Amino acid sequence: MSASETTAASRSGIAGLVERFPFLPALVILIVLLALNGWFQPNSLGFRAITGLISTYLALMMLAVAQTYVVYSGDVDLSVGAILSLVNCAIVVLMERWGGGGGAVLAACAVGILTGLACGLLNGVVVAVLRLQAIVATFATSILFTGMALYVLPVAGTPAPTVYWRTYGGRFFEIPFVFYVVAALAIVLAIAVRARLTTQMLAVGDDAFKAFQSGLPVTAIRLKGYVLCGLFSALAALCITGDTASGDPLVGGAMTLYSVAAVVLGGTALSGGRGSVGGSVLGALIIGLISSFVFYVGTPSQWQNLVQGLAILLALMLGILVTRRVRA
Amino acid sequence: MSVETAGRAGVSRFSAGALVRQPLVIALVLIVALLALGEMLSPGFASPQQILRLLIVAALLGIVAAGQNLVILGGREGIDLSVGGVVSLSAILAGNVMNGSDAGILPAILACLAVGALFGTFNGIGVTLLRIPPLVMTLGMLGVLQGLLVVIRQGVPSGRAAPALAEFVTRPFLLGLPGIIWLWLLIGVAMAFLLRRTVFGYRVYAIGSNEQAAMLAGVPVRLIRILLFTLSGAFAALAGLCLIGYAGTSFANVGELYMLPSIIAVVLGGTPLSGGKGGYTGTMAGAVLLVILQSILTTINIDESGRQMIFGLTLLVLMMFYGRGRAMRA
Repeated sequence: MSASETTAASRSGIAGLVERFPFLPALVILIVLLALNGWFQPNSLGFRAITGLISTYLALMMLAVAQTYVVYSGDVDLSVGAILSLVNCAIVVLMERWGGGGGAVLAACAVGILTGLACGLLNGVVVAVLRLQAIVATFATSILFTGMALYVLPVAGTPAPTVYWRTYGGRFFEIPFVFYVVAALAIVLAIAVRARLTTQMLAVGDDAFKAFQSGLPVTAIRLKGYVLCGLFSALAALCITGDTASGDPLVGGAMTLYSVAAVVLGGTALSGGRGSVGGSVLGALIIGLISSFVFYVGTPSQWQNLVQGLAILLALMLGILVTRRVRA
Repeated sequence: MSVETAGRAGVSRFSAGALVRQPLVIALVLIVALLALGEMLSPGFASPQQILRLLIVAALLGIVAAGQNLVILGGREGIDLSVGGVVSLSAILAGNVMNGSDAGILPAILACLAVGALFGTFNGIGVTLLRIPPLVMTLGMLGVLQGLLVVIRQGVPSGRAAPALAEFVTRPFLLGLPGIIWLWLLIGVAMAFLLRRTVFGYRVYAIGSNEQAAMLAGVPVRLIRILLFTLSGAFAALAGLCLIGYAGTSFANVGELYMLPSIIAVVLGGTPLSGGKGGYTGTMAGAVLLVILQSILTTINIDESGRQMIFGLTLLVLMMFYGRGRAMRA
């Protein structure tokens, strides 16, 4: 099933639209969820609630973007959560050690981003260059990164400097800081979608061998995907540090699987070759909205996880079925 | 990488090079080497009691890995991430059904296997009839199971193992080996028979290596794939049941410790994640290898952080010995 053979133009109506914009089903689910949330709790659509939702789920949005860049070429990265934990611990410890001033914060963030890039590079070498199986190899590196996070910060609790989380949770010209981040992310992703590398990664995901035969440096492309994944995982760590205002060597543990779920919810095929980073961002928001919806409906606390799990499973199935029906 | 089924390659050609590249041989050599290393680092590591304890832990992992192995052999990116949830659920269920009395063992076994098989079948139906990719389907199911665990845990004590079950798992039963090790060996023999000597087994390899061809040859692909997931759920449930015999009581999300390690055990045993070749004998060795490695790391006197770093790096190095992907050549 190669996307290019049946061009969007030749297909009519909704089918053509979904073919061209794989994130459309996610957008519909997102709007329905927003409407449901608004129905049960009108305040949930207010400015304050939306700001809260975004500052909590910005990290997952970044992490979903990170995951998308490896899924594009048919790989997967089970270490994104561990990279997030490692960078979170590293920057919190460095900020504290360097005095917690503005300069220290910026320097620590730079070190954090470099750490993420290095982790991504290691994953890329292991999976693309040494050709180990992505699922198990990145699980092994996730153990390594978790170990490093524990080495940097053995117990959770070191606080981030006030200036850091005040900035993250603060406002500039009456607009919350996180909105600027979202805008910047949107611009970067919009440019990246048009980049040659994106097309190359999708070509590798569609059929690695054909891509190789047509002269693409497959190994290098997959490697770059993992490096990008490391970069965005580090950015996710910067966000979660702003949100939780502390370091925790296990903070990212549960987020890896959510990042995969967000990518799938966003209409990206796990087999590679088709998808969009924008969809993954929507997927992360869907997960956030599902959990707030479960809360607003008044589900008894012990049932919340179950209802949330069922709703995510349902959304995953629905998204895949709709996408498939349209493409068939 | 040879195209032949890993388990059979050694039978069909006798060359030293091919023998050394056998995953089972690699795993056995590594097991012996690690035991020697452990004995060197801390005398008594390779004593019979210690090895027995390691084997019991390995049996628990190995039973989960049996189901994982089947799902992976069936191909089409087959994988079961929900096994961890099933193990936890089964442990809680068994604990509450038995509640410390031997009379409850049979009902507990039946209840656990039924629930495990049920969730496995749900996975299988999602993967085949709805054609959801296994990773996604079982990931979603894991979320549901984790939610279910929270509901069950609320207000209900997590239960106690029946004394007879605890004895079965931890005390010598026959020839000095506990019942669970005999159970594991039995599962090993049954799996080998199932995969190598039955029509079902051949069909599993057939759909794993070329689903299209198998379908054209009249293999009921969907039914077999559903059954593989059903079996995976049942094996995970069985492991959960044995786990509560080992631990006495169930604690929060014990099963999570089995999710990814069960996949690693399969890979270290020589079954590639692409499916269609490999077998369970290697997986058993893989499970033992993994458990010994973890055990060595707990005996050496270093921080948890150092332990994890060494564990991760060692896994990477170990994987280098096994089937790496093919290099692209024009």
